Amino acid sequence: MINLPLLPILIPLLTAVILMFFPKRIAAQRLISIVATIGTIIASAVLVATVKQNGIQTLNLGSWPAPYGIPLVSDMLSALLVLTTSIIVLFVVWYSIFYMGKEHESFFYYIGIQFLMVGINGAFTTGDIFNMFVFFEVFLIASYLLIVLGGKKAQLRESIKYVLINVISSALFVSAVAYLYAVVGTLNMADVSQRIAEINQPGIVTVIAILFLLVFGLKGAIFPLYFWLPSSYHAPPIPVLALFGALLTKVGVYAIMRTYTLFFYHETGYTHVILGVLALLTIIVGCIGAIAYRDVKMIIIYNIMIAVGVILYGVAVMTPDGLEGAVFYLLNDMVIKAALFMLIGIMMAIVGSSHLKDMGGLIKQYPWVGWTYFVAALSLAGIPPLSGFVGKLLIIRGGFTAGDFVGPLLILVSSLVVLYSAMKIFINGFWGTPKEYHGAKKHLAFRLWIPAAALMVLAVAYGVGAEAVRPFITQAVEPLVNPAIYIEAVLKE
Amino acid sequence: MEILMSIVIGILFTCAVYLMLSKSLLRIIIGTGLLSHGAHLLLLTMSGLKTGAAPVLTEGITNYTDPLPQALVLTAIVISFGVTAFFLVLAYRAYQELGTDNMEKMRGTESHD
Repeated sequence: MINLPLLPILIPLLTAVILMFFPKRIAAQRLISIVATIGTIIASAVLVATVKQNGIQTLNLGSWPAPYGIPLVSDMLSALLVLTTSIIVLFVVWYSIFYMGKEHESFFYYIGIQFLMVGINGAFTTGDIFNMFVFFEVFLIASYLLIVLGGKKAQLRESIKYVLINVISSALFVSAVAYLYAVVGTLNMADVSQRIAEINQPGIVTVIAILFLLVFGLKGAIFPLYFWLPSSYHAPPIPVLALFGALLTKVGVYAIMRTYTLFFYHETGYTHVILGVLALLTIIVGCIGAIAYRDVKMIIIYNIMIAVGVILYGVAVMTPDGLEGAVFYLLNDMVIKAALFMLIGIMMAIVGSSHLKDMGGLIKQYPWVGWTYFVAALSLAGIPPLSGFVGKLLIIRGGFTAGDFVGPLLILVSSLVVLYSAMKIFINGFWGTPKEYHGAKKHLAFRLWIPAAALMVLAVAYGVGAEAVRPFITQAVEPLVNPAIYIEAVLKE
Repeated sequence: MEILMSIVIGILFTCAVYLMLSKSLLRIIIGTGLLSHGAHLLLLTMSGLKTGAAPVLTEGITNYTDPLPQALVLTAIVISFGVTAFFLVLAYRAYQELGTDNMEKMRGTESHD
């Protein structure tokens, strides 16, 4: 089946188009979104199995040979990310069915989610740098809809800033592509890599590398470019926040990973040192934020930044261990962030506020939420049997192998901070004396818990079954360590 | 010619940055318009401004301009058009709800402690 890499993009696209015909029929909207998302998961699982068996899958759209047409390239990394994305979308849609009110669901909410999935899966799969820009815009425009839907004052205020930042970074992306095209004269990513290797990365390519870091860093919220993230992510409702926190910043991280291992790997002395330093500063700023706030949403939002920093540090050291850990941790973090946001969403639904001062003693009445959150918190920090452990272990080992001591130690300290911030929620929210709760959605707590707990089961299985997942990750790292594999798969003719 | 275009694009970017750093929301949106103009002109300029026929196949002409950046610009134009339309409606709604277009007054304070 040659069109397999296209299916995870095509299925949500067609679903979104079909759903647009009857936006007010909520039951049909829910059913079709769930069924189509399960279909996407099956397609991406088949894709992962195919890549595992037959190597990198490429599809030249319109049968134009490789550097001239647009190729879709599914190597193991992008296939795994597509699978993870689809799984998270399924659980978030399931959660939304109970959480979101009619005023959201009858105004293109599920359609927005499907388009978001189109853009993200497309950005993970494409093999053309301008096509990546287009898929970025697809998911960004869907995210503009989702962040402002509901039209509360805070949402309007914060979405203005969110849209502005992304308009600027999109214009910079277009400029970066223009410069790259002027230097190498091609847009196909494999071809770009080959030509940069031919001209041996002159200074101008390093400048373009930094420009790309600026663009993708704005999407992925790395150190000096993170300023929009906390308040923007504070505004939308929880299921949307779960989607954003789990997926959107990770697309920026993936794009940095891809460009820095495929394009700009010749002179790592300058670009990768900058990336490493910025990653460590991101971790520090994230830690400060995670300690400072007593608002559960803000604590987890700053934890997104810590994770982005840890993953990018793994990329920056450019050792096989570091990259493998980065991929391991990237997949884990997508799942665990979605689960955490869903769990604190339940707390907020019960309490009716997102501040810790209004919470306390939740474990008396809601022990299942409490213990699920406890496992999620340990998993986030990376306690050995759980899923965050292997990734961080490999990243730290990669850092030490590269001869760096500051980075790995900082990551170890940041794990403590992560644990402290997550336990702060657990201790203040679940322990102590029970308070009066005024949440309007209190009665929904159990139904909301089921998808969150199911996602946590998946995360725990990912950690416990690391031995089974490892061959996939190892295969995903191969083209990152050796770009020739990727180039040969795309430009085989 | 490329030098001249580069200077013009630089001026466009400068104006865009200046406008986007101002307080009024409408000025900021005008700034994003100028920014995307600059980016689109940059895309056209960076492919080289050689003289040649428009890239439409015609008998007897061998020298064409580069068709690829024109396709890229066309894509980028419609995308920025869509985003600008959304942004303008968002600004209109925000003005209705918040009663101001001054970015200084659009600070989030509640529940941030």
